[in-house]
Amino acid sequence: MKATVLVRPKPGILDPQGEAVESSLRHLGFAVSGARVGRLVELDVDAPDADRARAELERMCEQLLTNPLIESYEISLAEVGG
Amino acid sequence: MTARVAVVTFPGSNDDRDALRALALLGAEPVAVWHEERRLPDVGAVVLPGGFSYGDYLRCGAIARFSPAMRAVSEYAAAGRPVLGICNGFQVLCEAGLLPGVLRRNASLEFVCADVDVRVEQTDTPFTEACAPGDVLTIPIKHGEGAWFADGEVLDSVESGGQVVLRYADGNPNGSVNDVAGVVNERRNVMGLMPHPEHAVDPQLGPTGGLPILESLIAAAGARTPALA
Repeated sequence: MKATVLVRPKPGILDPQGEAVESSLRHLGFAVSGARVGRLVELDVDAPDADRARAELERMCEQLLTNPLIESYEISLAEVGG
Repeated sequence: MTARVAVVTFPGSNDDRDALRALALLGAEPVAVWHEERRLPDVGAVVLPGGFSYGDYLRCGAIARFSPAMRAVSEYAAAGRPVLGICNGFQVLCEAGLLPGVLRRNASLEFVCADVDVRVEQTDTPFTEACAPGDVLTIPIKHGEGAWFADGEVLDSVESGGQVVLRYADGNPNGSVNDVAGVVNERRNVMGLMPHPEHAVDPQLGPTGGLPILESLIAAAGARTPALA
């Protein structure tokens, strides 16, 4: 089952990368604000159904893919042949 | 008896040799430990050195904490024995949950390399017993992700528990919360710091602010009760 995990800096956490990206975009003439930079993890999960895949992914996020002190995550599953 | 101190080398560690050298220079017997080793040798303390373990993939220290040697280090720490993490070693200890907080990208987004002054806030740890409260030590830093961060209850308990051992004393080089440069766990037997004491032990090479930290560690390592067979 194909999954994507979107990892974001938690709201309120200073994101210097986002600030630098935003400042560069402004220098290029784009009117932007509120840029935040996160991380996207794509993977195939070997699980019998979506519920179990999601449960596995949550454990992955808690144990490795994110640091819960500073990051939040969002899991999306691509339903295949659903 | 000569104090034996282990230095764990992960793939990507690059200050392991400096740590081994500094410990030997100060009269300890350094013991190199490869990250695949599942058991630690009979030592009185463990150092996790600086570098870029596992290429800093995902987050600094996030992968190294799963290496076999880290399991042994966790057990060692749980037994109350001293563990010192320097720079990347600090990051590994935070990711492993052995120390509170996390190291984030420097607020400037720039790699910083400089001699910095840190103030000793706590001397009742195996890493600072040779210091006096308020001592200012000059030690080099060199890191891109050294901004220690914690908030809410974690930060409150770290501050109220006197777990901040070192603070930057003359400007904060990386944007760490409350100028934190080094912290210990609640039990005070595990410490992490961003400055590199192993690079500051030889007057011919610059400042020597690392001496009291490593001397404290070596004294603690030598004073340990013998390991049970």
